[in-house]
Amino acid sequence: MALRPEEVAKVANLARLQLSSAEETQFTDKLNVILGMIDELAKADTSAIAPMAHPLDAVQPLRADAVTESNQREAYQAIAPAVEAGLYLVPKVIE
Amino acid sequence: MHDKTLAELAKGLAAKDFSSVELTRHFLDRIRRFDGGLNSFITVTEDQALAQAVAADARRAAGTAGVLTGVPMAQKDIFCTAGVRTSCGSKMLDNFISPYNAHVVEQCNTAGLVMLGKTNMDEFAMGSSNETSFYGPVKNPWDTAKVPGGSSGGSAAAVAARLAPAATGTDTGGSIRQPAALCNLTGLKPTYGRVSRWGMIAFASSLDQAGPMTQTAEDAALLLNVMAGYDAKDSTCIDHPVPDYTASLNDSLAGLRVGLPRQFFGAGLDAGVAAAVEAAVAELQKLGATVVEIDLPTSDLSVAAYYVIAPAECSSNLSRFDGVRFGYRCENPKDLTDLYKRSRSEGFGEEVKRRILIGTYALSAGYYDAYYVQAQKVRRLIKNDFARAFEQCDIIAGPTSPCLAFGIGEKKADPLAMYLSDVYTIATNLAGLPGMSLPAGFHQKLPVGLQLIGNYWSEAKLLNVAHRYQQVTDWHRQMPGAFA
Repeated sequence: MALRPEEVAKVANLARLQLSSAEETQFTDKLNVILGMIDELAKADTSAIAPMAHPLDAVQPLRADAVTESNQREAYQAIAPAVEAGLYLVPKVIE
Repeated sequence: MHDKTLAELAKGLAAKDFSSVELTRHFLDRIRRFDGGLNSFITVTEDQALAQAVAADARRAAGTAGVLTGVPMAQKDIFCTAGVRTSCGSKMLDNFISPYNAHVVEQCNTAGLVMLGKTNMDEFAMGSSNETSFYGPVKNPWDTAKVPGGSSGGSAAAVAARLAPAATGTDTGGSIRQPAALCNLTGLKPTYGRVSRWGMIAFASSLDQAGPMTQTAEDAALLLNVMAGYDAKDSTCIDHPVPDYTASLNDSLAGLRVGLPRQFFGAGLDAGVAAAVEAAVAELQKLGATVVEIDLPTSDLSVAAYYVIAPAECSSNLSRFDGVRFGYRCENPKDLTDLYKRSRSEGFGEEVKRRILIGTYALSAGYYDAYYVQAQKVRRLIKNDFARAFEQCDIIAGPTSPCLAFGIGEKKADPLAMYLSDVYTIATNLAGLPGMSLPAGFHQKLPVGLQLIGNYWSEAKLLNVAHRYQQVTDWHRQMPGAFA
């Protein structure tokens, strides 16, 4: 089943990517080639197989609910594009 | 000094044949002289390197030096380095100065290794040729019209040209092993969970694993000794004992059962590569190994499964790059959505966008079961194939790459052809197994890599087999003539 440029535009919006209409066409062509290869997965008989989440079937370890990190806001915000009074600045969201 | 291995340099430092400062200056000089033609480094950290070298010499004088204290090396630019730009090969992180060190970098610093700089790589480690880097392609020192492989192409080229005696790499689908093969190096991807991923910029978190890229198996053992071990900061790092990987390098190979997967020697394999790999297997037999043919029947679906799972995880991991907290931000965003979209579209290159789109699509409503869940089921079939194979053999051997180093630009416009570069390496990542590539000869004056795959936690065995092979061959000591 081939993707159409409109569907690629929809997926790009979900991924917060902006594509020009020329890019939509180019990406659509190449994505369809890749999806054609991926469609081979349907050939595998996986009726009795559980999906594999971790190669060693490990589970997430839990740590004690204790404070382990110190506040490093200034160090982290030193590399932000725009900050003010300890807050990250973005364009106005609420009118 | 640059023709020496890590082990030889460590001995030279211990014997006071040269100091770390002299050694570091020598490699910095070589980078200055040769890297203009290779583009293997994104950032050279000359001042920090010399400061580390001075500190290493002081440690040695004080008698507190470790084996590798004072030995220079390079870090792939995917590892966060405090105070040093960590670009991950992307415009998105061109201005990113990491506030902290990756666990691997901390381990290297503690060992007293000297970081020469950060090596070039495919953008966010997505590529097999190093052509997707924002900083331009890396040239293969064996033929500068060819690619070095990827994504750890800068690390591979730097070590092959002896601009650094060793480097780190990361491997999500073959990104240590394939460039090691194409540049005549020894590269090891450890078992998933062996090395902490803390501070290693995430591409596909269930597949990513860091490892050494070196001249010899002995060097890989020395560097893995530094890199491996439990780290609570990476929740997928596994608390499993770390042996001294150098201790068993000389073990006998008598009775070793080597499995040759039929599926790795079929159509699509370059005849010259096949001949070199077969000759390497014959050497293993001379060392006492026996050979058995095995089947990995699901391996022909590994590329398909990978190109669902890796993009799905990348689309999630790369959602953090939003132009708000760090990294690239577009000019004059008109609203928040415009800020997100333009920052990401201007900051990411074409291949990264392509994978984000595939991943977002595979995870989107209505397609999740057909793509993502099916790929995770096929992943288990691939793991089961290996489990059956390891009932018949101790290690698996085959080619690392189906082809020799290819021309810069040759596959760039054809993603599928590029993806097939990793046809023999991807299954190992999907199963979480350790794999390595080692020099196995030349064809048309270009290096060929032999791939070895082991069972979980068998890094020491892989290194042992590789070391014994390197004792009876000298492919790994060949250097590209232009960089002698």
